[in-house]
Amino acid sequence: MRSFPARSRWLWAAAGAGYAFLYLPLVIVVVYSFNDSRLNAEWVGFTLDWYRKLAHNDEMQTAAANSLIIASVASLVSTVLGTMAGVAMYRYKTRLLPLLVLTPIAIPEILMGVSLLIFFVLLNFSLGLVSVALAHIAFCIGFVAIVVRARLSGMDETLTEAARDCGASPWQTFRYITLPLIMPGVIAGALMAFTLSIDDFVITFFTAGAGTITLPLQIYSMIKIAVTPEVNAVSTLLMLLTLILIVVATRVSPSLLRSNEENE
Amino acid sequence: MNRRGEGLGKWLVSGPPILYLLLFFAIPALIMVLASFRTPGEFGGLAPLIDEAGKPDVNVDSYVRFFTEPVYTQIFVKSFVYAVATTLLCLAIAYPLATLIARSSKRHRDLLLLLVILPFWSNFLIRVYAWMIVLGPQAALARMVNGLLGAFGAEPVSLLFSSFAVLICLVYVHLPFMVLPLYANLEKHDQALLDAAQDLGANAWQRFWRITFPLSLPGVYAGAALVFIPALGIFAIPDILGGPDDSLIGNVIKQQFLETRDWPFGSVLSIVLTVAALAFAGLAAWVGARSTRREASGA
Repeated sequence: MRSFPARSRWLWAAAGAGYAFLYLPLVIVVVYSFNDSRLNAEWVGFTLDWYRKLAHNDEMQTAAANSLIIASVASLVSTVLGTMAGVAMYRYKTRLLPLLVLTPIAIPEILMGVSLLIFFVLLNFSLGLVSVALAHIAFCIGFVAIVVRARLSGMDETLTEAARDCGASPWQTFRYITLPLIMPGVIAGALMAFTLSIDDFVITFFTAGAGTITLPLQIYSMIKIAVTPEVNAVSTLLMLLTLILIVVATRVSPSLLRSNEENE
Repeated sequence: MNRRGEGLGKWLVSGPPILYLLLFFAIPALIMVLASFRTPGEFGGLAPLIDEAGKPDVNVDSYVRFFTEPVYTQIFVKSFVYAVATTLLCLAIAYPLATLIARSSKRHRDLLLLLVILPFWSNFLIRVYAWMIVLGPQAALARMVNGLLGAFGAEPVSLLFSSFAVLICLVYVHLPFMVLPLYANLEKHDQALLDAAQDLGANAWQRFWRITFPLSLPGVYAGAALVFIPALGIFAIPDILGGPDDSLIGNVIKQQFLETRDWPFGSVLSIVLTVAALAFAGLAAWVGARSTRREASGA
């Protein structure tokens, strides 16, 4: 480390303020989920009441079950399709695929939400779990493809060439050489897709229709009515779940964090 | 034989994702473009394609409406102003963060970076909700602000449901998108340049404005595009934290599709939003490429 004592101090103060800005609101949400008061304003005393209430909230449980089903299906399908897209983008020169894969990520989410709403309604496709899952798959493919492609670009190309020289078919080469090597990227992409799906609000909001609720939709309708510590409790649990998924993903694929891969 | 196998493999691998994205992304987008040239149906949706008189329903009424009713242009301008303000505030907060991360030792770098990304992975609505608590009327911040205002004899204000709440949350939600590209850029800077400038008598301020900042511009442009585009189309934040005057373009689009049920006009607004977002992304990429080229040729 270079030493610029005086300037370093300012830098630390400014960056520290930045970190505080990022974390204080979330810490407050977690702390008040254990607060024995209806108002999210002052610390009164410790309680687990809000979690107990949550355990008896049927709507919330339906929402959680729906979210888990959608996220499982969406991450499974988008991982398969996203891996194919990542491999295709790396191996072949295609113009159409990168455009189709990257545009959904680049445009504001609301656009995908409303265009899918028109699409499903015009096709008389009833809005519900299936339409939400189909929409989630569409926006998750790109994220999986990017992670897989980044993993591929770090791969030693001579290995697949050697396999081909030894008479392996393209499928065998993929199955026994490429796939095991990119597996960490695939798993990381799957976890990423799961997280994105379970957290998605905007696209779900437009494609779920009136009768279907997911966790974010349930949280939305609760906070539109009133601020209640029950929301803090469900938020805390959801953050915990996300945290676990992220820790697993970074363990599996440490390079997920290094942003320099994005530049390639 | 081999080449044909290659071509077949290409279609086997890229075909399924292409088909899926055509069906669930490109075609819906195309339908939205077509819908913008139609007349709204009596009960929402679209009017019949061929009316009773046998005339096809194709018109530009919704586009005319957008350009002739000033309220929509005003809302667009307002969304634009919010997005620009968000981008600038993100830049101001992200710069010290990215600098600190870029300067710290390899061992701490990943952790400091992870700490910036982590909040981004928590649910979007939770992050918005967190500000409902922080800015709530009974929370410490509001009581402090109103205590101060009271001391000066001013009326108490509501922090929640205000433009202030919308802006602070917009910055909060988008901050990581600015830190990451900025860090990726700052990390590559050559310390020798700064040392040389210092030896030649440049003070810290001059070193920053004449060396570090110009060199970081590609990172700034990339971050600006990543913050500006989603911020432009946001609807949940004004919906939850804003007052009645804080409706942005995203809210109007939501309203057209779910409440007024005027699909053609909603589609027009969505298309204008897309064009604005893509134009901005293109501009950022172009300016970024130009500044990189200049930097390369000027060195």
